[in-house]
Amino acid sequence: MYHWELNFITFFPIVGALIILLPFIAKEHAKWIALFTTIPPFFVAIMMYLNYDIALAGINDANSMQYVINFPWIEKFNIHYSMGIDGLSYPLIFLTTLLCPICVLAAWKIDKMPKGFFSLFLLLDTGMAGTFAATDFFLFFVFWEVMLLPMYFLIGIWGGPRKEYAAIKFFLYTLFGSVFMLLVMAAFYIKTGTFDFFELMAKSKEGVFGTFEVGGFQFWAYLGLFIGFAIKVPMFPFHTWLPDAHVEAPTSISVILAGVLLKMGTYGILRIIYPILPEATQYFATTVAVFGAINILYGACCAMAQKDLKKMVAYSSVSHMGYVLLGMSVLSVNNPAGMTGAVMQMFNHGTITAMLFLLVGVIYDRAHHREIEGFGGLASHVPVYAGFTTFAFFAALGLPGLSGFISEALIFVGSWSTYPTITLWSVFGILLGAAYLLWTMQRVFMGKLNTEMKHFKDIVEISGREKLTLIPIGIIVLALGIYPKPMLDLINASVGRLLEVVNPAVAEQVSQVIK
Amino acid sequence: MPETITQAITSELSRNIQLSIWILLLPLFSFLIQIIFGKKMQAVNPAFATILPFAAIFSGLAMSTVIFTDLVVNRYDPNHLEVWDFSWVFFAIPQMKISMGIMIDNMTAIMLMVVTLISSLVHLFSFEYMKGDPRFSRFYAFLSVFSFSMLGLVLSHSLFGLYIFWELVGLSSFLLIGFWFEKDTAADACKKAFLTNRIGDIGMFLGILIVFITVGTLVLPSIGESEGVYALVEKGELAGTMLTLAGIGLFCGAIGKSAQFPLHVWLPDAMEGPTPVSALIHAATMVAAGVYLVARIFPILTPDSMLVIAYIGGFTAFFAATIAITQNDIKKVLAYSTISQLGYMIMGLGVGAYSAAFFHLVTHAMFKACLFLGSGSVIHAMHHALHHLHDHHTDPQDMRNMGGLKNKLPITYGTFLIATCAIAGVPFFSGFLSKDAILAGSLAFSMSHTSHFILPVFGFGAALMTAFYMFRIIWMTFHGEPQKKEIYDEIHHENPIQITLPLMILAGLSFWIWWAPKDILSFIVGANAENSWFLHLIALPKIAVAETHELLEHLEHYTHAAHIPATVISLIVAGTGILASYLMYQKKSLSADDWAKRMGILYTLSFNKYYVDEFYVNVLVKGFLLNLNNLLAWTDRVIVDGIVNLTASLTVFVSKISGLFDKYVVDLLVNASGFSMRAAGMVLTFFQTGKAQNYFAFTVLGILALLTMIVM
Repeated sequence: MYHWELNFITFFPIVGALIILLPFIAKEHAKWIALFTTIPPFFVAIMMYLNYDIALAGINDANSMQYVINFPWIEKFNIHYSMGIDGLSYPLIFLTTLLCPICVLAAWKIDKMPKGFFSLFLLLDTGMAGTFAATDFFLFFVFWEVMLLPMYFLIGIWGGPRKEYAAIKFFLYTLFGSVFMLLVMAAFYIKTGTFDFFELMAKSKEGVFGTFEVGGFQFWAYLGLFIGFAIKVPMFPFHTWLPDAHVEAPTSISVILAGVLLKMGTYGILRIIYPILPEATQYFATTVAVFGAINILYGACCAMAQKDLKKMVAYSSVSHMGYVLLGMSVLSVNNPAGMTGAVMQMFNHGTITAMLFLLVGVIYDRAHHREIEGFGGLASHVPVYAGFTTFAFFAALGLPGLSGFISEALIFVGSWSTYPTITLWSVFGILLGAAYLLWTMQRVFMGKLNTEMKHFKDIVEISGREKLTLIPIGIIVLALGIYPKPMLDLINASVGRLLEVVNPAVAEQVSQVIK
Repeated sequence: MPETITQAITSELSRNIQLSIWILLLPLFSFLIQIIFGKKMQAVNPAFATILPFAAIFSGLAMSTVIFTDLVVNRYDPNHLEVWDFSWVFFAIPQMKISMGIMIDNMTAIMLMVVTLISSLVHLFSFEYMKGDPRFSRFYAFLSVFSFSMLGLVLSHSLFGLYIFWELVGLSSFLLIGFWFEKDTAADACKKAFLTNRIGDIGMFLGILIVFITVGTLVLPSIGESEGVYALVEKGELAGTMLTLAGIGLFCGAIGKSAQFPLHVWLPDAMEGPTPVSALIHAATMVAAGVYLVARIFPILTPDSMLVIAYIGGFTAFFAATIAITQNDIKKVLAYSTISQLGYMIMGLGVGAYSAAFFHLVTHAMFKACLFLGSGSVIHAMHHALHHLHDHHTDPQDMRNMGGLKNKLPITYGTFLIATCAIAGVPFFSGFLSKDAILAGSLAFSMSHTSHFILPVFGFGAALMTAFYMFRIIWMTFHGEPQKKEIYDEIHHENPIQITLPLMILAGLSFWIWWAPKDILSFIVGANAENSWFLHLIALPKIAVAETHELLEHLEHYTHAAHIPATVISLIVAGTGILASYLMYQKKSLSADDWAKRMGILYTLSFNKYYVDEFYVNVLVKGFLLNLNNLLAWTDRVIVDGIVNLTASLTVFVSKISGLFDKYVVDLLVNASGFSMRAAGMVLTFFQTGKAQNYFAFTVLGILALLTMIVM
């Protein structure tokens, strides 16, 4: 049976981009076209969920991937156009298709070259969806790079005062990482003659890459790929492009950046590094855990020191992505909680941070500044906006009943058994997280209304369109917080398989015990 | 000691479980409707906005009464237990899962009763107290979400469920303390409450992690085949130091929530919330959740963790009482009194007086809610008087502005006096029974372990001070000459029935009669807790730790011996405290000011709450945390990012050098420099059109070119 869904999700936006670029399309219509080309993929994603078989694991088994599309593309080099999803990639594809229409709505008021903006945005959408869907390393890399260029222009042209600096920093930093990725990809190809993920995994299991040794091929391949992905996460100390990019980027681009692009780093690690280089993964696991803890604490402390609201949220992303790193460093077959939490946290952070950036955008559109100290007492002036923000802040600080809590708790449940000391430190992240969020909330919303603040007259209640961007995400955050089963069902099989692949020896024992 | 808890497990939902689900969900439903439509309803009529919250909580009260009657009156079985369980979080391996569920035993039934009763009365009280507030409907929405969270907390059958609702009551507390967020003090207080609690929660979370990782479940009782935490600890799956650490970790949560030293600082500030909230959350129910938690984990406590609990509780009881005697704000006195009383309960659990501690939780909930609502009644009257006088500077909560109010507020006075007698430990009041039982427990503990003699000293010392500062409130507020005549004259009549009815009900429940009688003899003799129905139903659970079991059996020998001395001493200290406050504040034969001077530094320390807040704020937060944050942010900007920028500059520098080399060396050799540079410039100008469409096209072309190059 021919599956068209992933092709549709990936390439339908680009059709919209091309339509927008037609000379007779008025620039006022660009946003409508963008909206109508980002909504259908979302419905297709929902449709895919309804027919998704949760028993199939994917990861290293091409036969249990779903919605597979596979045909030769560049036969000379054995490059395939192959796509497919499993529990690891589906939540992120869903996230992408969810956030894209929301971002179009958030960018509704863009009046500087809207045709350019929305066509680049749709190209970006294609790049993102393609990256998560690809099951061929070459195809993955192509989409990865496709995503980079529109991002550069979107920040560089529609950004804030220091947009050029931020855009070039983002571009060069990511490019720097992709160079390593390209090298490792080429090396893999030379050793195996294939770009296909599943064949690479199989070849790796056969021992084509030799045994792992410090300074050997696997060691360097791991580091090369890991740096490429870690920049995207962003992992300390490669994170400084993030606050700059966020502060300069327009709201909807920040949402995409934090909501989707950061996940590509952790997704890449789980999709490519873990199953292809399991021994190196084992070797570096503790290091990853340590960096996860550093991200959590360092990001939170930096967030608390920020004076710019958006920078604060940007650093909170650094902190929250640290939880993902910590969770995925737990490689125990017997305790999948950490990995489950990490995969879930990727999705949950995507939704929660999207809300945070949308909310920052709402106030920035009105006040034209983001100085935390420049507000005060807004809760009595714009109570509905304050209500939405309270919801998002409490989701971000991991309040039970909202989705972030479940993933964070699972990550700690996982990491405690393997790294008790690192966990002991990381748990303070939940205190620091509450501290910077509540302190910000106090300074922006509480106290006596500061009628002297800049552009006070322009600060009006949140509009219907803005509510429309927040409510769908809010519903998902709440629903998954109360009833996480649908999400867990989706990812469980793949997480279990991933852990087996990373622990071949232990998995063998376990299966023998069961027999 | 009772036999094993019967494992009465229901596969389908029993009637009590069904009722409890309704009790739990109705306030949640009320909250959701209220938060979305409340404003519109309030615009129509403020009373309209309260229908749903009232309906939810009063039907909750009715259903709780049904459960209570069933368990307490019909069954009268100390071991009765009903559990309902469903799996909530599933993992890739089937044997690992986290479940949620409901557990109903006598303790739950009593807690349900306490929470719904006091919540209902507070709903009623607030109707008058909060009248005219612009966020009236929002207030009821928050009360509803609190009721939901608190009921969930007492119904949960697992540590995970407890933790979830634990955080949610923290949220409701945050929202209600910060209800008047325009005041900076309220904004500070709600943030402080949440964050201080989070510190304790970290310990609790780690405790939960230890339990879950070691025994693989968080459900407390065993359900059919699957064994719960109690049973698994009894089997020795978690023991020794790890069990002690788990116990202390879980107890950290109680230190935060029940405002024990050193995390007590948030509770006095929490009085910034509306007074009914203080009564409901910060006196009767939520702050007692810590005690409830310790009672729930009591079977798995080791003797070491019990000792930690006893000392924290005992010290807090004493420490907070020494602060309460010098405060002038009526709510602050009550707040420190609450901390002190919670310390009693915690100490009671620590010394093994399990039933007594829970007993005190319940009696305290009644009389402390009464005291807080009574103070609310006084403040309400004062506030109105000041409002009429257009006086916005006088503090309506300062007792130095009151005096003689018993003539103006007779019902408030009467009920306040009854509740004061209860908390001070006067015979024939509920507090006498429960406090006496805890004190007897601490005395028994020190008799068997003489090195811990300080625990009963803390206990009796706190009892002495409690009697003193509580009657100090009575004399200063209700007796004597009015301190501010103009305010006094402006108070015309007692508050309306919505305010006085809750006071009368709660005062009525502060008599011993509800708790004592099992047979007519003890009804008349009164002063004996041992025959009370309460202590029959809340009997010591089956202890899972062998050492603790031995310890408690050992203690039992001393309990009877300690009972009479404890009663005598507590009567003496209560009498002394009341007498001292009478002489000092009513008869004025002892001068309070002179005594303050005589105490010197001790008075200053007490008056300034031992400068604990100042230490936390200036040293830990401003001195350490904020500086650390700024240092890290500076490091991030200057060093980490500096390296990135330096690398970039170096690259630019190197490429410029190579560019110069190119220009002056290579090009000279080729001798075509002029042409090539100009050509390149023209080509680049062509690309830099400033039109996004073109950039887009170039991007696509570039990608295609890249692909072609690789493929070729």
